Amino acid sequence: MPTLSVRNLQTHFFGSAGISKAVDGVSFDVERGEILGLVGESGSGKSITGFSIIGLVDPPGRIVGGDILFQDSSIVGLPQNTMRALRGRKIAMIFQDPMMTLNPVLSIETQMVETVRAHEKVSKAEARRRAVETLGLVGIPAPEERLAAYPHQFSGGMRQRVAIAIALLHRPDLIIADEPTTALDVTIQSQILSQVQSLSRQMGMSLIWISHDLGVVAGLADKIAVMYAGRIVESGPTDEVLDRPVHPYTIGLMRSVPANLRRGEPLQPIPGMSPSPLNRPVGCPFRLRCFAATEICASEPPESRSDAHSWRCFHPQPPASQP
Amino acid sequence: MGASRFKLPSPDGFLGRSARGILSSRKATIAALVCVLLLLAATFGPLLAQQNPYDLSAINLFDARLPPMSPNSNGGIYLLGTDAQGRDMLSAMIYGLRTSLMVGLFAGLVALALGTALGLVAGYYGGWIDALMMRLVDLMLGFPAILVALMLLALLGQGVSKVILALVLVQWAQFARAVRGSALAERNKEYIEAAGSLGLSDVRIIFGHLLPNCLPPIIVIGTLQVASAIAAEATLSFLGIGLPVTEPSLGLLIANGYQSLLSGEYWMSVYPGLLLLITVFSINLVGDRLREVLNPRLAER
Repeated sequence: MPTLSVRNLQTHFFGSAGISKAVDGVSFDVERGEILGLVGESGSGKSITGFSIIGLVDPPGRIVGGDILFQDSSIVGLPQNTMRALRGRKIAMIFQDPMMTLNPVLSIETQMVETVRAHEKVSKAEARRRAVETLGLVGIPAPEERLAAYPHQFSGGMRQRVAIAIALLHRPDLIIADEPTTALDVTIQSQILSQVQSLSRQMGMSLIWISHDLGVVAGLADKIAVMYAGRIVESGPTDEVLDRPVHPYTIGLMRSVPANLRRGEPLQPIPGMSPSPLNRPVGCPFRLRCFAATEICASEPPESRSDAHSWRCFHPQPPASQP
Repeated sequence: MGASRFKLPSPDGFLGRSARGILSSRKATIAALVCVLLLLAATFGPLLAQQNPYDLSAINLFDARLPPMSPNSNGGIYLLGTDAQGRDMLSAMIYGLRTSLMVGLFAGLVALALGTALGLVAGYYGGWIDALMMRLVDLMLGFPAILVALMLLALLGQGVSKVILALVLVQWAQFARAVRGSALAERNKEYIEAAGSLGLSDVRIIFGHLLPNCLPPIIVIGTLQVASAIAAEATLSFLGIGLPVTEPSLGLLIANGYQSLLSGEYWMSVYPGLLLLITVFSINLVGDRLREVLNPRLAER
């Protein structure tokens, strides 16, 4: 049984300008201890997918269809209290900007002890002990002393470690990480990545790593799901998808990454912009920017698969045309 | 730079910033000192005053309407003269200050607590709760405060608790609006979302996370509102509808002396008036300075 199973999830926003289909039929599974990289550009719906899972989609947004099964039971439409008991204890979230996710006026100790005691009836001393232990786990030196510090006394990388420690306090079964290393230096980024990877292996924790950076996901994730305009357009085991991408969008993404090219060769950005979620083109949403598009793309592309690798495209690219 | 440095409380905390901000301005330092002195005088008033102006046996009617510096029949002097009943003005003013500060502080604090709680809830939940509360606030602020207080007191009658109730009713809306504004700004910051993702309850998020981040404006408005509560109470008492004669405040002293003002016995009205002015002015100076230091946009200067 997968830890998390998302089935045809649809999260729409009912704004005054119309209905914005931010997530429009997304399905994936995350097994116990598995790391899923959810990749896509801004506005592709990857963050909203994460917020839908943890039940924090703010109005006017709403889950309008599909189901989310967490450890075999549906968590869509659960009453607030039941969901709250799950949040932070079974499912935790790490956010993008560590400058913003810690409360600036509360000490780390206050924030950690409070989180422990929100879900477990333990003494302050015990909660404090857990906080120290978890801070040590994420590689914060002298955790006992740093506990009394305030967020602004930490560097960006340390702050993100604190945020990760807070998410780990209850040893959750699933962590949703929403671009948590985007705001950090590359060196710090790789330290945190390897630490998170080993922690999730050690604890058997499932991880959804939301990112726009294929490079980050390549080194971290067991499998990849590429999102475009509210849908998953290609997914599969990381090596498989990155070595043999078939969807033109995935190929375009990979060609936009400098590291994948020989020196001096110009980058090949994907032309155009992602379609407005208010007004998506009929059929394949990528066809207006796609180098392989033909008339047939105006109709809905079916899902095709070979083993664990699946894609939604009428024109899967042969290995020869790949970067 | 040892690790112990991190045990210090936040140097950017608003309490530290407030204290440093006040001390760095001479005007504000003097005003704060005056406030402390007035508070001490009010607290230890009965020990300082040379007579209890409301103990009828201590008052000598033959000493009525004496100008300042007149000798006392008991051997002392009436520094600020006496009033129409022969009370020592200075003693009456100290007792009056006691009442005024007590009413002002108490009304200010209750209004602060009520307005802050409602403002936070409105700002956090938004939607119809917010709309409802803010229309109520608009309604309250649409009427002149003194008019509302006058109407209330006309209905309720006199008394310390009734004046406080009236002042709270006209002041909570100010707090609610200001706090709601900053709660609205803070509410959309990621740390609130993060607190929600940790499964903290709404009550915890509102009072444990939102409130501490909204404190600077609350402190500033709180200070200014205490001053305005004192002034409003004086106004009500001056109009004869505030505190009863048995609990005289500065406003009532001014009103009593006012009748003699035209006959040249200025001290009965002018000295309590000056004391009221100094009180309100000092509190306002401190409040303004706090606003300068705690408001990030003004603090950059």
